[in-house]
Amino acid sequence: MKISMTVNGKTMSGEAEGRTLLSTFLREELGLTGTHIGCDTSQCGACTVHVDGKQVKSCTMFAAEADGAEVATIEGQANADGTLNKVQQAFQDHHGLQCGFCTPGMVMAAVSLLETNAKPSEAEIREHLQGNICRCTGYHNIVKAIMAASGQEVPAVAAE
Amino acid sequence: MYNFEFVKPSTLDEALAALADEDAQPLSGGQTLIPTMKQRLNQPSKLVSLLGIADLVGISDSGGTLSIKGATNHATVARETASSFPGLSGLVAKIGDPAVRNRGTIGGSIANNDPSACYPAAAMACQATIVTNAREIAADDFFQGMFATALDEGEIVTEVRFPIPVASNYQKFEQPASRFPLTGVFVAKYGDRVGVGVTGASNDGVFRWKEAEEALAANFSADAISNLTVPADDMISDLHGSAEYRAHLVKVMTGRAVAAC
Ligand SMILES: Cc1cc2nc3c(=O)[nH]c(=O)nc-3n(C[C@H](O)[C@H](O)[C@H](O)COP(=O)(O)OP(=O)(O)OC[C@H]3O[C@@H](n4cnc5c(N)ncnc54)[C@H](O)[C@@H]3O)c2cc1C
Ligand code: FES
Ligand code: FES
Repeated sequence: MKISMTVNGKTMSGEAEGRTLLSTFLREELGLTGTHIGCDTSQCGACTVHVDGKQVKSCTMFAAEADGAEVATIEGQANADGTLNKVQQAFQDHHGLQCGFCTPGMVMAAVSLLETNAKPSEAEIREHLQGNICRCTGYHNIVKAIMAASGQEVPAVAAE
Repeated sequence: MYNFEFVKPSTLDEALAALADEDAQPLSGGQTLIPTMKQRLNQPSKLVSLLGIADLVGISDSGGTLSIKGATNHATVARETASSFPGLSGLVAKIGDPAVRNRGTIGGSIANNDPSACYPAAAMACQATIVTNAREIAADDFFQGMFATALDEGEIVTEVRFPIPVASNYQKFEQPASRFPLTGVFVAKYGDRVGVGVTGASNDGVFRWKEAEEALAANFSADAISNLTVPADDMISDLHGSAEYRAHLVKVMTGRAVAAC
């Protein structure tokens, strides 16, 4: 079947079977490989994108369910002039990534959090990231990056 | 994953007609169904998405009853019941993670009846009514053991009605990797009775701890259950916790829920 969606503001379409996951559709049909597949078992959140403004795991949604939807992926996050957006820049400034595999999902989750909670506490950030796994950073620098991106002072976090 | 035909009707009647096909199955948030299909534990010929049916989404609150339509997602329930039914809102706000809550639905959770699912504990404690396209089923009759319910083939959960308690609280002892409850207890206090719904603990799935309900109805305090014991015989035993450990958790979580009410 033919599926169409608005991805990062552009109308895009492609072919999908019933079983085609949104993550597969984005990566293989639309060539948007910034959305990563870390586990494919709904645990890690590397595949996090926004569908109609809501954060979802794209490996746990069929592409057909997003037919006609507005989808946002990491590829659309940079500012119009190509510079990093404030969350991306904060990840760079605060070493919120090492290998970078989890980062697209972390950034999409963080952007989603800041949309509804402009000044989250450290605890709220950690709670919001429960569905996003990072095997490198130990999370502290990710939390700091999100504090910084929300214009808050970056504290020394617990366990440091 | 095996392939299937995907359909997304906009009315309940169309959905029921589509479900009449052999091996057709409803799809709501997919947060349980998609992982099981990836493992090829499930092979529907057709999936009928319920998320395009406007009549299956929404929450209403009248005459002391909170009604949640079957395809309402967890994030919406957590947000919209925060003041009308904070105990339930608190339960739902801890299901999985934000992405899971944006997709997963009450109908999918209740119909799946995972032995560690959170919603069934509240449905049992509150003696909720599960409404389907065909009938109304009391929670006590609906949940029939691990992954088993009173639903017939092709029957859809359209609504769940909760009598709103005077006070309620859910205590979830998380299994840290999956974040499902290793044991979860929902306590609901009404004018004339107390409900205690337990999930994650028993081989028979969700259950009401009736001894505690009686003791708490007479004296609503954690002390009231201090002399009760939960038999470990029917409890789940796995690498995350022994049957005795779970039995112990039932009592501890019940006490905490009462104290938090
Ligand atoms: C990482 C992760 C963590 C999770 N943590 C928790 C947790 O802590 N606590 C918890 O309770 N749950 C948890 N869940 C499960 C989650 O709540 C699911 O959303 C829920 O169990 C199923 O709802 P769904 O709408 O996604 O159903 P689906 O996956 O779409 O469907 C599940 C089953 O129900 C059937 N079905 C769906 N809707 C209906 C209906 N209206 N009528 C009849 N049958 C129907 C389907 O055919 C299928 O068999 C977690 C899931 C994930 C992926
Ligand atoms: S790839 Fe989707 S949650 Fe891990
Ligand atoms: S930076 Fe490597 S997994 Fe997070």
